[in-house]
Amino acid sequence: MADTNKKVPTQHVIGFLLSLVMTLIAAWAVIGSALPTMWIIISIFVLAFLQAGVQLFMFMHITEKSSGGGHVPWNMMFHGFALAAIVVAGSLFTMSFGFDHGDMHGGDHGGNEQHEEHSNHGE
Amino acid sequence: MAAEELKSGPLEYRSQEGRMGILGFWIFLGAEVVLFATLFATYAVLFGRTADAPAPSELFQSGVGMTLVMTFLLLTSSFTCGIAVHEMRKGNAKGLATWLIITLVLGLGFLGLEIYEFNHYVHEGATLPSSAYWSAFFVLAGTHGLHVTLGIGWAICLLIQLKQRGLTNVTSRKFFVVSLYWHFLDVIWIFIFTGIYLTGMVL
Amino acid sequence: MALDEFFVTGEPLIYAGMVSIALVSAAIIFLLTYFKRWGWLWREWLTTVDHKKIGIMYILSALVMLFRGGADALMMRMQLAFPSLEFLNAQHYNEIFTTHGTVMIIFMAMPFLIGLMNIIVPLQIGARDFAFPFVNALSFWSFFLGAMLFNISFVIGGSPDAGWTSYTPLAGAAMSPGPGQNFYLMGLQLSGIGTLATGINLMVTILKMRAPGMKLFHMPIFTWSTLVTCFIIVFAFPILTVALALLTIDRIFGSQFFTLTGEGLPMMWANLFWMWGHPEVYIVILPAFGIFSEVIATFAKKRLFGYSAMVWSMIIIALLSFIVWVHHFFTMGAGAFVNSVFSVSTMLIAVPTGVKIFNWLGTLYKSKIEFTVPMLWSLAFIPSFILGGVTGVMLGMAAADYQFHNSYFLVAHFHYVLIAGTVFACFAGLVYWYPKMFGHKMNERIGKWAFWLFLIGFHVCFFPQYFLGLDGMPRRLFVTNIAEWLPLNVISTVGAFGMGAGFAVFVFNIYYSYRYSEREKTGDAWGHGRTLEWSTTTPVPFYNFATVPYVDEIDPYVRMKEEGKTTFDEKKLKPIHMPSYTGQPIIMMGFLAFASFALIFEWIPLAIVGLLLAVGSMIYRSFDYDDGYYVPVDEIKRTERKARGL
Repeated sequence: MADTNKKVPTQHVIGFLLSLVMTLIAAWAVIGSALPTMWIIISIFVLAFLQAGVQLFMFMHITEKSSGGGHVPWNMMFHGFALAAIVVAGSLFTMSFGFDHGDMHGGDHGGNEQHEEHSNHGE
Repeated sequence: MAAEELKSGPLEYRSQEGRMGILGFWIFLGAEVVLFATLFATYAVLFGRTADAPAPSELFQSGVGMTLVMTFLLLTSSFTCGIAVHEMRKGNAKGLATWLIITLVLGLGFLGLEIYEFNHYVHEGATLPSSAYWSAFFVLAGTHGLHVTLGIGWAICLLIQLKQRGLTNVTSRKFFVVSLYWHFLDVIWIFIFTGIYLTGMVL
Repeated sequence: MALDEFFVTGEPLIYAGMVSIALVSAAIIFLLTYFKRWGWLWREWLTTVDHKKIGIMYILSALVMLFRGGADALMMRMQLAFPSLEFLNAQHYNEIFTTHGTVMIIFMAMPFLIGLMNIIVPLQIGARDFAFPFVNALSFWSFFLGAMLFNISFVIGGSPDAGWTSYTPLAGAAMSPGPGQNFYLMGLQLSGIGTLATGINLMVTILKMRAPGMKLFHMPIFTWSTLVTCFIIVFAFPILTVALALLTIDRIFGSQFFTLTGEGLPMMWANLFWMWGHPEVYIVILPAFGIFSEVIATFAKKRLFGYSAMVWSMIIIALLSFIVWVHHFFTMGAGAFVNSVFSVSTMLIAVPTGVKIFNWLGTLYKSKIEFTVPMLWSLAFIPSFILGGVTGVMLGMAAADYQFHNSYFLVAHFHYVLIAGTVFACFAGLVYWYPKMFGHKMNERIGKWAFWLFLIGFHVCFFPQYFLGLDGMPRRLFVTNIAEWLPLNVISTVGAFGMGAGFAVFVFNIYYSYRYSEREKTGDAWGHGRTLEWSTTTPVPFYNFATVPYVDEIDPYVRMKEEGKTTFDEKKLKPIHMPSYTGQPIIMMGFLAFASFALIFEWIPLAIVGLLLAVGSMIYRSFDYDDGYYVPVDEIKRTERKARGL
């Protein structure tokens, strides 16, 4: 990054302030806001990805030219996160049929739809 | 192993070995993303399977202050770690050591709080064997904690080497790699904070 | 723990195994001592960081594992052909099909291919070694010790018996107590670390150490397949690492991930296992495609037809390989929608694979084919693999899979792709690059015997199994006293022994060629080499290339030969930087293997000791600033002149 010889590392300070602000907003969204649950979850995850971006681009020098690594670091992170999404969403999707474990806690995503599907099979 | 030495640019990139080491570490971080994603996937699928153990939302809500402090500790340590590398690139070995030591102290504070937190949950009856959900929680957060511990030990080794050898192509490459590792642990923590604690409070 | 719990007792076959292990170990120790070879073994092999030597050790271990897995297979076939003999009991049969699968995939197919990559990839791209030679040695020892740990289980503690997929809840602590499953978990974990490290290592090597001028799209196709494979390894192996760790924690520390109590979810194991397991299938098949492409281009004496289509189809296969895993457990009951999604993605993979088949046919079209042994393996691969691939598409249809699932139809399918694909490729690659590794070719006549015995044996063994499957014979069955199944089972067993004979002839050929084959004079043993590995002298000097040629095209060695260029340009010689040999990798991994062994028997304090020793050796390594040495120009000159007869 360009700030190698600067006295004050502006980019790091901005990144730090951004991450603090985003953390506080996320915490407020959960504790203080009256948004619907779904929107809270979506917004806090958007903030999490933005924060990850701050770390990667402002702290970790991911796009640094002089590394000679070309686009490889960026490429690995991009595919890593893409695969992370596949692993998490794919597991939830695949395992969503939920063996009926008696009490239906909130975490059994899509459990209700699956019950309809099961009854369809029965017909 | 053609040693194409560069004359300018950051020390850690000047030798071919340095560039390859850093590139290899980026690839390793790609693997780490998937490693943690698998733990997250397990956590997400097992969410709600608490059996007779306490529900996470109560425990998380009562401990939200501490979770926030932990998050700020780690965020700040990531920032100070960035400053350490900034100092290193200015050729200031002393600045590097100082800022890195601050980073490690913050990291130790984080670890202390995490141990306290785990201990607290265990007292409330939420243990590793108590249910599928709590198994997933402890292993996911614990794996991150273990990474932080390793990072601290690793950085201490490097500080000793800095004292012995000063800033060279090799030591600065090692410091740069450990800084990547430390920032990366912060990225993972952001997702743990969001995915476990914040989400656990609203669901 | 009493001694009779530690050692497996009560089985004549296992007593025979113990005796043979003791005898072989004693013989090795005796021979090494008698010929005073201990120092040589330590200096030249155990401490080496040379990619060529490490590759040879990988391949030797893989051949030993192929023997072990093959012996398991023959025992199973004996039992199935003569069920009334009661050759094996149910428990022993379970153990054998478990170890057969695990050994063949993890400890045979992958190390064999990684061994070939180790030797050939740096030579193909004009590199002097791996990017991280130390890590390469570390990887080998983690694989080797992991494999040994797994293999020792049949005499100590008892083999795992829950299938190579190790499905929970069967593999959990409640239903499989004792060390058996732990052997599976720790053996795979240890060797998995090595595989991941190799993936990173090779990736950096290929990305950063290519000859000057060589762009990615100038790389030989085997190197391309290696790069794509490494990409899959880096992203798939962490999933296995986590899955194994979770099951280990379940079994040893009482967590509830895959248990029936505490609201655990046993099918989550299947989900995680196959999220790694399907990409793993491509980890063992893509390098095979690369090998066949090299061999076919060489002996068709043509440039590979559709080079870039080949590369892109591999990349697409790699991406698709991560989104098809559910087809391994359609019958879990995830619902019609989930199954449909994965059924469609599964069938999509047939498209890029089909592209590759046409590329090979296109290369062969109107060419002057030379029927050498590696070419025979490659030519036999195409139709055999298509049989496996097409039945794979049948299995990929979720609705039909409810019929095929866990039947011998499936067994026949995956043996058709894995043997016709991976095993044929290992043989083809070994024979093809053999002169580069050992300085002489393998005997062609004996090689053809091995080939025909193995090929015919293979089809006789597995083709009937499709019909056994359609007749309803389930896999992992130990008593088959059903009259309709018996004839096909007997035929299949005959074929299996044919393959065994083929393998025996192949191994005999190694010995025979060592004794009698003509020594290699030129580096280009087959006379038609197209890529850089053939441009070095034979045996390859330890620094590989005295001067690295400038490369700006595919198949650079073809032009080099025309223009009379070599890898020895006296004017351009410079001292070459090489890494020094070190005993640290084997010691470090020895400590980790010790910790794993202790964990298998749940001796926690000992495991902690082993772990601390391993961490200590890593700290030692961190403070070790040995950065190799330089080979002086004079020595390079002397070596090259001698090798080239100048």
